[in-house]
Amino acid sequence: MNNTKIESIVGRYNGDATRLMDILIDIQDEMGCIPDDSIQQLSRILDISKVDIEQTLTFYHFLSKTPRGKFTIYLNNSAVANMFGRKEVAQAFEDAAGCKFGEVTSDGLIGLFNTSCIGMNDQEPAAIINNAVFTRLTPFRAKEIIRDLRKGKSIPELFVAGYGDGNNSSDLIHAVVNNHIMKKGAVLAENYELGISTHRAMEMSPEAVIEEVKKSNIRGRGGAGFPTGLKWEFCRKSPGEKHFVFCNADEGEPGTFKDRVILTEKPDMIFEGMTIGAYAIGAEEGILYLRYEYKYLQDFLEKHLEDLRQKNLLGKNILGNPDFNFDIRIQFGAGAYVCGEESALLESAEGKRGEPRDRPPFPVEKGYLQQPTIVNNVETFCSVVKVIQNGGDWYRTLGTKESSGTKLLSVSGDCRFPGVYEVEWGFSVNDILDMVGTDKDQVQAVQVGGPSGSCIAPNEFSRILCFTDLATGGSLIIIGKHRNLLRDIALNFTDFFIEESCGSCTPCRALTPILRNKLVKIIEGKGVMSDLRDLENWSKIMKTNRCGLGQTAVNPILSSLKNFRDLYTSKIQQDVAYDQGFRMDEAVAEACQATYRGFNY
Amino acid sequence: MKKAVIATTSLAGCFGCHMSLLDIDAKILDLIELVEFDKSPINDLKTFTRECDIGLIEGGCCNSENVEVLKDFRKHCKILISVGECAIMGGLPALRNNIPVKECLEEAYLNGPSVAGNNEAGIIPNDDELPILLNKVYPCHDIVKIDYHLPGCPPRAGLIWEALYALLTNQKIDLPYELVKYD
Repeated sequence: MNNTKIESIVGRYNGDATRLMDILIDIQDEMGCIPDDSIQQLSRILDISKVDIEQTLTFYHFLSKTPRGKFTIYLNNSAVANMFGRKEVAQAFEDAAGCKFGEVTSDGLIGLFNTSCIGMNDQEPAAIINNAVFTRLTPFRAKEIIRDLRKGKSIPELFVAGYGDGNNSSDLIHAVVNNHIMKKGAVLAENYELGISTHRAMEMSPEAVIEEVKKSNIRGRGGAGFPTGLKWEFCRKSPGEKHFVFCNADEGEPGTFKDRVILTEKPDMIFEGMTIGAYAIGAEEGILYLRYEYKYLQDFLEKHLEDLRQKNLLGKNILGNPDFNFDIRIQFGAGAYVCGEESALLESAEGKRGEPRDRPPFPVEKGYLQQPTIVNNVETFCSVVKVIQNGGDWYRTLGTKESSGTKLLSVSGDCRFPGVYEVEWGFSVNDILDMVGTDKDQVQAVQVGGPSGSCIAPNEFSRILCFTDLATGGSLIIIGKHRNLLRDIALNFTDFFIEESCGSCTPCRALTPILRNKLVKIIEGKGVMSDLRDLENWSKIMKTNRCGLGQTAVNPILSSLKNFRDLYTSKIQQDVAYDQGFRMDEAVAEACQATYRGFNY
Repeated sequence: MKKAVIATTSLAGCFGCHMSLLDIDAKILDLIELVEFDKSPINDLKTFTRECDIGLIEGGCCNSENVEVLKDFRKHCKILISVGECAIMGGLPALRNNIPVKECLEEAYLNGPSVAGNNEAGIIPNDDELPILLNKVYPCHDIVKIDYHLPGCPPRAGLIWEALYALLTNQKIDLPYELVKYD
């Protein structure tokens, strides 16, 4: 029975082993898990070894060899979810389901699992249940959901709050997710008209398109800020059998959700940007690498792609140009933050573990399937559409001299109006705090750029968001004075990096947990001054990690230590020179209990 | 020159490191020119009689008594050296660190092949005189500050000698490659 099912799934992808991700995701979705006999069979059909399949399978959070329940609840475990009551929600789920997180109920109906940020920071706590997103959960809702599932209700029957704003209510999405667009700029503006930019680009030569993008001075919106025009030029000049365009929609940095909003409201603009990119570098294939957490957008996005093909904006001879063929497919990830790193993303798209590659060679030389590839952020492609439509000179009138254009900010945490704000580069943190509705006296810190970014204190709130001062992929988490910054933020973020490390480089794999344990020791009041020096000195080795995740994995600790040193020193035992955290009463408790004896030390 | 005072102990160790110390052969005569021993199994002195210059610790800490002895050493010795794998990393005894203490005790006293059926009352020794097992075996530097670590299981006699000699005569330690072994 399973045999034919697996054969038919593999058939969808023409038996192509580089499409292993799609194959595994389909098996997981249709069979609930990927058991050993399926792996065996896959290995035979695809003619790759069993371990090749297993290493991919075990790498991704949403793929599993054992059943995860008819209904699988993935509850977000990010810092902001915890700020808004995740703990109580989790408890309610456990109580109502009768199993712990990480387990499946004995009847196999419900599985409870933790997951890293699912891109809903402005409507936490949130969970994904069988690919449907549930936001703003409360303990009451958690119990209600479990009760309804037990009654046999289907997922759509669980939605009690109506659908979200904008396209979230459209027939192909039907999600309770809200966009919360609070401020529109060039990208989110209403005046977007599909096709104008593609027309304009094709009146120009590919080189001229690249020149225009260079002139606009637009830099990558994913966070690293590499000049887009330059990337495209390198790629165009790289020899290869084929060139590829990738859109990085693996928005995994906790606190970032602006790509989700663009994908919901401006999907055509993304695809048009990719088409312009394809024209510029000479590509015929484009891939939107979409995080699995946004699977609920799949039908909607596929429909838009189909419409674009109908309009001859995708497919053969686009807009009648006999030399330009280009199409886009969606590649899903399966839950791995590190796949947001471009070379890991490419590995993943090839059906492998999402481990970052050694560079050079860069993807523009040897990318997807070892061919020249551009990987750009969702927002970058959208900005390019505006650049081509209105010209690079126009684009440079937005923002600052070094940082042209607009930036979508994902604002969450302790503010009255969390959501997406599109602002020109050059706003200060103070401006933003005013804009999003905060009582600045009550703000303890702002986490800029997610866990890998920096945690800044009020004395730095005058800093400017731009590539030359406070560069950011767009996440701003506002942390009120009543929060425990070390326990609720720094520790949560560090745990996130430990969870998401691919394990390839030793410092990232081994040192991050060691420094985390030191942080816990300090939080528990067992720290000494030398611990602070150790944190600072030992973390220097982190820069030897291969990718950005590894290099920034202890930033939550380092950044809070730098900007909130008093918080640390106030927890340090002032008159103790040496303490590794050993406490006799804690260490003997287990044995005392086992042997029924008291202990008075 | 006034002789330096040395103390030694074996905590959760097998005395192999002490054997290795004795294994310096004839150099023990040189050593005795340089030092005298205070509390140590070598002279069977059970308590400290004075402040010591160097304490050599074999073994990690697996029970409450180990911790007390180790803290006592730290109090009485200017320099404390972890000698051997067990003191440095917990060593062989630390193999139990992933098993709950209760399970270990039940295996040892109730369920193990040599005891099963012979302990009808199901008694796990718990006399107040007995040290209490810790939840896991700790390396010495988890309990007190350790100044130097001599690796090996046991550390070569030559390594112990070179280290002590350098320390006592305030010279740079000579560590040829073949002297330092980690197992």
